Amino acid sequence: MSRIQEKVQLIRSERLTDDNCRLTLASQSIAEAAVPGQFVMIQTASGHDPLLRRPFSIHQTRNDATFQIVFKIIGRGTSLLAHCREGEELSVLGPLGQGYRLQPDVPAILVGGGMGIAPLLFLARRLMEQQVLQAPPQVLLGARNADELLSFLNEFQALGVRVLTATDDGSHGHSGLVTDELKKLNPLSESVIYCCGPKPMMAAVATICRERALACQVSVETAMACGMGACLGCTVPLQDGSYGHACSDGPVFDAERILWTV
Amino acid sequence: MDCLIEKKKNPALAVQIGSLTLSNPVLTASGTFGYAKEFESFVHLHRLGGVVVKGISLEPRAGNPPPRIVETSCGMLNAIGLENVGVERFIAEKIPYLSNLNVPVFVNILGDSVDDYRRLASRLAGVDGIAALEVNISCPNVKKGGSAFGSDPDVAAAVTRAVKQESDVPVVVKLSPNVTDVTVIAQAVESAGADGISLINTLIGMAIDLRTRRPKLANVIGGLSGPAIKPVALRMVHQVAKAVCVPVIGIGGIDSAEDALEFILAGATAVQVGTANFINPRASEEIVEGIAAYVDEQQLGSICELIGALKIPGEGG
Repeated sequence: MSRIQEKVQLIRSERLTDDNCRLTLASQSIAEAAVPGQFVMIQTASGHDPLLRRPFSIHQTRNDATFQIVFKIIGRGTSLLAHCREGEELSVLGPLGQGYRLQPDVPAILVGGGMGIAPLLFLARRLMEQQVLQAPPQVLLGARNADELLSFLNEFQALGVRVLTATDDGSHGHSGLVTDELKKLNPLSESVIYCCGPKPMMAAVATICRERALACQVSVETAMACGMGACLGCTVPLQDGSYGHACSDGPVFDAERILWTV
Repeated sequence: MDCLIEKKKNPALAVQIGSLTLSNPVLTASGTFGYAKEFESFVHLHRLGGVVVKGISLEPRAGNPPPRIVETSCGMLNAIGLENVGVERFIAEKIPYLSNLNVPVFVNILGDSVDDYRRLASRLAGVDGIAALEVNISCPNVKKGGSAFGSDPDVAAAVTRAVKQESDVPVVVKLSPNVTDVTVIAQAVESAGADGISLINTLIGMAIDLRTRRPKLANVIGGLSGPAIKPVALRMVHQVAKAVCVPVIGIGGIDSAEDALEFILAGATAVQVGTANFINPRASEEIVEGIAAYVDEQQLGSICELIGALKIPGEGG
């Protein structure tokens, strides 16, 4: 597995909503090596505070040797990143972790919630590139409101995938949970569900998939210090009583392996 | 050019821990460098003074439930719970890789009783590819009501003696800073035969989430590491180096060659790089390079000239 630590230039910094940011970073090696579901670790300051890098899913890679991340400003690290100027260099480590296992020969349903929508764009693009079935992937996107969705919606639609939406406030698509939409779809039994979002949403998707015997892959999020299997901090409790590690065994796991406690 | 011609090891950087010669004074700290393979794409492992691998117990340990880590100001707390593959899998699965690295491998061992340590040392004796043992005495002593081996000089000495009796390689004892007077423990393990002393392990701390009114770690308390602990570590290394004759290995918040050199001035013969590996996986090798540049620039014949060369005004020298 090729893992790179390098200084990369911030090409573009966009504010998608009041507190959601998208950064475009220049790195041919990371853009070429990355697969959907993988992540990078980014240093948010040059000194000792904040000390640790922050993990970010790869939102998408582009042919011009750049990749993008999307994040919500929630603390000092993300705030510092959001205020980086275009042209500045950031220390990036990646691509890291095990991404989604693509199964282009069976129907795909992508279920994303909130910030978890971001990495699914990369996945949807790869699935479309490898598409062998007539029906394109079905994408279900859930968010708090239309604002959060609109930043991503066009890009999914431009790929030619089918998109359904759900918002908490009913300002776009179904008023309610994205999992309602998944239930209504009544997926074919050979479908694969690819999921990323808040833990309660992923637990609900995992339950639906278990009840209907559907294969489901989820991308988990945990605190982590190193991102490369050394600190053993990013523990994920598994059904068999053991612990997995989000950075090296994941972040994508088969949903049925995870011990869901919400 | 640089990558085609292997750099010659600089003899001015060599240091001695018991009968073991290290090509330079930079080791990686246990629990921050996995079993070394995790870092092979970032570090020329053979250019390090040595690697200290993740602590090994007799049986595999699953470790603590999450959350296990939390960032604090200039540092981090961890309560990993000594997750490891156990000594048998370590020998079967990790040693073959480690023994081919051409770098001294220190195996960190941990147990719940003196007998655990004895059996670990006995199992590892004669295994090819092990340069030294590092004895972690910061774990709770199950047989003695859970107090750490490292806080009782008699028990610390008993563990050291047990390991020394079984081991065929130099034995370094890693001290906990969570004691009233670390020099008492240091002298106890030296008397019991330790070939070297490494310190400090993490400082016990905690962090609280005001919003949920819960501890941020599932284990409630954890070990503080990173730059935040460097001043405490320097002080303890200085005290211990004055109190014992065996080599001291300094640990605590080292993330640059300057940090490492400060520890050497305070009396350390070698250092370990810990938490810095998480942020910059190349940190350990960069520190070797930085020390080499300093030795050149200062025209030192040997790094050993710096060991304990701290100048304290009024104390002569």
